[in-house]
Amino acid sequence: MTIGEPWLNITIFGAFVAVTLVIVLRASRNNKTAADYYAAGRSFTGPQNGTAIAGDYLSAASFLGICGAIAVNGYDGFLYSIGFLVAWLVALLLVAELLRNTGKFTMADVLSFRLKERPVRMAAATATLAVCFFYLLAQMAGAGGLVSLLLGINDSLGQSIVIAVVGALMILYVLIGGMKGTTWVQIIKAALLITGAGVMTIWVLALHGFNLSELLGAAAANSDAAVLAPGVQYGLTGTSRLDFISLALALVLGTAGLPHVLMRFYTVPTAKEARRSVVWAIWAIGIFYLFTLVLGYGAGALIGKETILAAPGGVNSAAPLLAFELGGSILLGIISAVAFATILAVVAGLTITAATSFAHDVYANVIKKGKVEPNGEVRVARITVVVIGIFAIVGGIGVQGQNVAFLVALAFAIAASANLPTILYSLFWKRFSTQGALWSMYGGLGSALLLIVLSPVMSGAETSIIKGVDFSVFPLANPGIVSIPLGFFLGWLGSVVSSRKENVAKAEEMDVRSLTGIGAEKATKH
Amino acid sequence: MSNAAPSTTPEVFTEIERSDDFRRLKKKHRSFVLPVAVLFLVWYFAYVLLADYAHDFMATPVFGNINVGLLLGLGQFVTTFAITTWYVMYANRNLDPLAEKIRDQYELPDDDSASAVPAGTAATGTAGSGTVAAEPADGAHADVASRTGRRSQS
Repeated sequence: MTIGEPWLNITIFGAFVAVTLVIVLRASRNNKTAADYYAAGRSFTGPQNGTAIAGDYLSAASFLGICGAIAVNGYDGFLYSIGFLVAWLVALLLVAELLRNTGKFTMADVLSFRLKERPVRMAAATATLAVCFFYLLAQMAGAGGLVSLLLGINDSLGQSIVIAVVGALMILYVLIGGMKGTTWVQIIKAALLITGAGVMTIWVLALHGFNLSELLGAAAANSDAAVLAPGVQYGLTGTSRLDFISLALALVLGTAGLPHVLMRFYTVPTAKEARRSVVWAIWAIGIFYLFTLVLGYGAGALIGKETILAAPGGVNSAAPLLAFELGGSILLGIISAVAFATILAVVAGLTITAATSFAHDVYANVIKKGKVEPNGEVRVARITVVVIGIFAIVGGIGVQGQNVAFLVALAFAIAASANLPTILYSLFWKRFSTQGALWSMYGGLGSALLLIVLSPVMSGAETSIIKGVDFSVFPLANPGIVSIPLGFFLGWLGSVVSSRKENVAKAEEMDVRSLTGIGAEKATKH
Repeated sequence: MSNAAPSTTPEVFTEIERSDDFRRLKKKHRSFVLPVAVLFLVWYFAYVLLADYAHDFMATPVFGNINVGLLLGLGQFVTTFAITTWYVMYANRNLDPLAEKIRDQYELPDDDSASAVPAGTAATGTAGSGTVAAEPADGAHADVASRTGRRSQS
């Protein structure tokens, strides 16, 4: 079953690609140096960057996934979006400005500032690449799902071709446009996504007399009375309740440790603009999640739980079905194009982050020990972009049909257990040491990965990836409740038992620079 | 090595670190962000625990089909927006002027040539920290020299 007109969906997406390509080409004329390529010359304003952050953060999972989760599971889907929003306060209060003042291009710049540089940089780059890898794979798998739902292509060859086209477009944007091009794609996508969701929200509310209570009543009547209260998805057993706490912990602490989010703070000229970016992002993301609340219950009320679950794409089809119900083929076409644009923009952001981390951290500073010719680093970054792009295409085709919903949650759990403890300790705790950083980052990363392998996600349940065997000794699908406290604990323990004397002057310099902005990287002028 | 400061700067940072203005800035920053961070995390987890373990309480109707759970959930949005606005007002009034004062005192006045500095690659990784001269008075010469050197590399 296909809804709407696939050719119309493709045409509207094609128009988006054409418009953004022109903008990317125009924006990238000044891409000369590393600061241009990695950090867009630090020339975006707070509002522009805030919009781009929203574009980077609101992935297809948050749009289609949360709308669908609210439509089907009601309140529990809403609960999910709250964690994604509140998490931004960690970034606003504790991370954004201090990071902007002390770093240059990557998260590792800040973490290795006052510690022994090469091992810490290597650990931070490893964690960065791991988070990007899992997040990227999740996005590409999502692309495959969208193809069958929105373009009516159901055979695996056709889906593979579409994934390859989306991947190739992404490589083109990032290769030519660098951070500037990526940022513009994210700004345009965020504007389209929030406007589209806003129009649909007003439409749904208008159909229910602009009365939220009436809408909720209609959703309860048409789907299931239980959707108005928590518990449909996570309240079934003691284990699933614990799993939700684990997820909530990963969501709220993971955001401020996501490398592709952190990297966006370097694209503005000052710490004050970094603060304004987060403020804009919080409003944009918050308002968007309020829209999804209406859209999710609207889909429940106007389409119904059973119809949504029976459609191709299942839960993810709630928003597209609602768009078709409201505005027919045209609105569905626009929403479909926005969904593809979403994947394109998020994947581009992840790719440039991973490529920057590899070229700047691993190649230039660890392998070459900082001795690279001026253009060598950016050349390596561009090659890395192509490699990651090809890998993303192959990976996206490879995971087709697999249940990979856990990957995004895993990426957040790694960010919260491996990255955030070291970021916070570096910025707020003077006695933090190299040993603490390494224990925390490798311990957090390793424990999160190990627990996922030992969880029902991998084996022992009907939905597991490996069937027929059972080595699931850890009952939760999300490792956060163990790996996050462990990451913080190891960072503390490694520091207090460390015998190495850290550089006090460097710590003082970092302290002063992070708060005052003295010596912070300035914007380039062309 | 990236981030390595020129040999002249550490004393300046130590001097700033010990100055009254900086101590005041640090205290004002931490005494706001740390308690507020604890506050919103406690409120968020209290909400998560209620939603996870107190289904009946959350399902209590308040008016129409609006129940306690929905109001508390929307309350998380309200507090997030409120804390954001509160912090921005606080930072504009209490943090920015102090940070600016310290910057003006110790950092050379920014000009166009300084803006070209970060254009360097990692090989020229001293960019940034180098803008802080040893002495505000005679540091200008050293700084101009280091900038010129750096620009030729990038």
